[in-house]
Amino acid sequence: MNSSVIQYVEGRAIPVRGNDIDTDRIIPARYLRAITFDGLGEHAFEDDRKSNPDHPFDDPRYQGASILIANDNFGCGSSREHAPQALMRWGICAIVGESFAEIFLGNCTAMGVPCLTASTADIVKIQDAIEADPQREMAVDLKEKKMTFGDIEVDLQIAEGNRLQLIEGAWDATGMLLEGRGAVREVADKLPYVTGF
Amino acid sequence: MGQSLFHKVWDAHAVRTLPSGQTQLFIGLHLVHEVTSPQAFDMLRERGLTIAYPERTFATVDHIVPTSDVARPFADEMAEDMMVAIEENAQQFGLSFFGLDDERQGIVHVIGPELGLTQPGMTIACGDSHTSTHGAYGAIAFGIGTSQVRDVLATQCLAMDPLKVRRIEVSGTLGNGVYAKDVILNIIRNLGVKGGTGYAYEYAGSAIEAMDMEARMSVCNMSIEGGARAGYVNPDQTTYDYLQGRTYAPSGEAFDRAVSWWRSMASDADADYDDVYHLDGSALEPTVTWGITPGQALFVSEKVPALTDLPDDERDVAAEAYDYMDLKPGTAISGMPIDVAFVGSCTNSRISDLREAARVVEGHKVANSVKALVVPGSKSVLKTAESEGLHHIFEDAGFEWRGAGCSMCLAMNPDKLQGREVCASSSNRNFKGRQGSPTGRTLLMSPAMVAAAAIAGEVIDVRAM
Ligand code: SF4
Repeated sequence: MNSSVIQYVEGRAIPVRGNDIDTDRIIPARYLRAITFDGLGEHAFEDDRKSNPDHPFDDPRYQGASILIANDNFGCGSSREHAPQALMRWGICAIVGESFAEIFLGNCTAMGVPCLTASTADIVKIQDAIEADPQREMAVDLKEKKMTFGDIEVDLQIAEGNRLQLIEGAWDATGMLLEGRGAVREVADKLPYVTGF
Repeated sequence: MGQSLFHKVWDAHAVRTLPSGQTQLFIGLHLVHEVTSPQAFDMLRERGLTIAYPERTFATVDHIVPTSDVARPFADEMAEDMMVAIEENAQQFGLSFFGLDDERQGIVHVIGPELGLTQPGMTIACGDSHTSTHGAYGAIAFGIGTSQVRDVLATQCLAMDPLKVRRIEVSGTLGNGVYAKDVILNIIRNLGVKGGTGYAYEYAGSAIEAMDMEARMSVCNMSIEGGARAGYVNPDQTTYDYLQGRTYAPSGEAFDRAVSWWRSMASDADADYDDVYHLDGSALEPTVTWGITPGQALFVSEKVPALTDLPDDERDVAAEAYDYMDLKPGTAISGMPIDVAFVGSCTNSRISDLREAARVVEGHKVANSVKALVVPGSKSVLKTAESEGLHHIFEDAGFEWRGAGCSMCLAMNPDKLQGREVCASSSNRNFKGRQGSPTGRTLLMSPAMVAAAAIAGEVIDVRAM
């Protein structure tokens, strides 16, 4: 099997509660002053962590977790890929939330980090259950679009295009897009602004 | 049934359906800046890829550029590294680059239109969420992340799903002291910060049609604050008049042929929309945000809402905002003291914004307690403003007059809030920590309202000045 195939993610989970958590909060802009993504992991949520000593990213119980459980409109704001890069480098391999901002979701998918959604009630139930039992492993199944945690099973949603990209290992789009080279030229040559009107 | 501009542009740029069911979409114009691109160029090098259509990518520097001292090397070594990286990448890959010593340098979303690069009927991508700005010209323009920057560089294409289209009709005439900024803040307030998720916004109606291109850009710019990845205005005579004579716009007979193609790309009168929303432009007042999301906005005459005034799903964020902003429900926003006044950013740093702010400022002095700065969006805006003497008006009043760049819109250059400072800002995001201090507070408003607040030392209705 192609090593980029992502059908199933298993690991401990970490709840980060709150609606409209923007990418400036996920990674403050000062850490964008760099020419690589190296070292971003340790600065994930830095300002939120400073103002809230109980932030889950600092909570010993959640160290080593790999599935982030978020609420509504997670990742809104700036398009910076540094935000999902920081989460991934902290250890996050999949995110389940009530909803995601679009650019953030696109960035995650392009990095091979699946983002799936569940109903508000299910997310809250799962967040409560994780807090009660942080050592328990969770499973996110992209083929069946389900998440299980102990005896809780929750239906997940994900856009079919993104799901196929992930489960078929085609989330890194460059290769696929390159294959269409000839067809791209044809489309370009039909655009008046490309040919100079 | 006719088609909307969105679907016409999408169809003209669709290369093929990918195995995932997504569309391979050709990107007509790719803009690049120093923050989201270095890793993308590295990925190209690692994979031995070249740039597919180098003539369709243009690069500039804006985010990290200091606005007072641009002597090289920069005092900030990391900023200097980023500068060197984009200079070398542009050179190595053969891209047009408007660097610090180029007259065409400025905020990427200000210079694209100014140079005539941005044109109707195009698809435009940039590693920046405010790429939606370019939609003002009738282009489908959206922000992407760094991995997608790599895709566009290597293939001039993106793998995407189409968006739905919501037509937003702003009827009536905007009152005195009410601007494009107030229109978009109210759209976001009413439809919510995620109301636009999955949509492109088509802005229409008499209030939009009456706007000049710069005002339309301010509206489209903040589409993303409403959750819409793209926002656009159908091209019309105002658009064509703006483009005529610009460096990269077609000229002579080609311009006439271009206009007929541009016209053909506008939404048909009987186009089908996924949703339609109406806003009465005549009923709007100057608007100010009070909280930590751009949707937490008020008319300047209103008071900070109580939790019970808000829908259930907005209460948690409102509670967080009272706390962060140190504001109590029921407090009038008018009269809130400010420490800093910032006129700038890709939302409001064009010449018309500076003229409006200068009109308010002329003959007044900035309040003693306020630090005020004006940062033109591009070198070209700066030059025009100076030729009109606007810099004297600002400096005489006590504003600092700076060089072009993103400045205090975000915390990547020396312009930052300190501690708990409150900033009246013409930018687009009032997120926690956005302006460089983890506890700094931002009130978004129009440039005229920022100017008025600078003079009064507090939020004030610009119509009372
Ligand atoms: S002015 Fe602000 S929002 Fe606009 S591109 Fe610069 S940093 Fe981004």
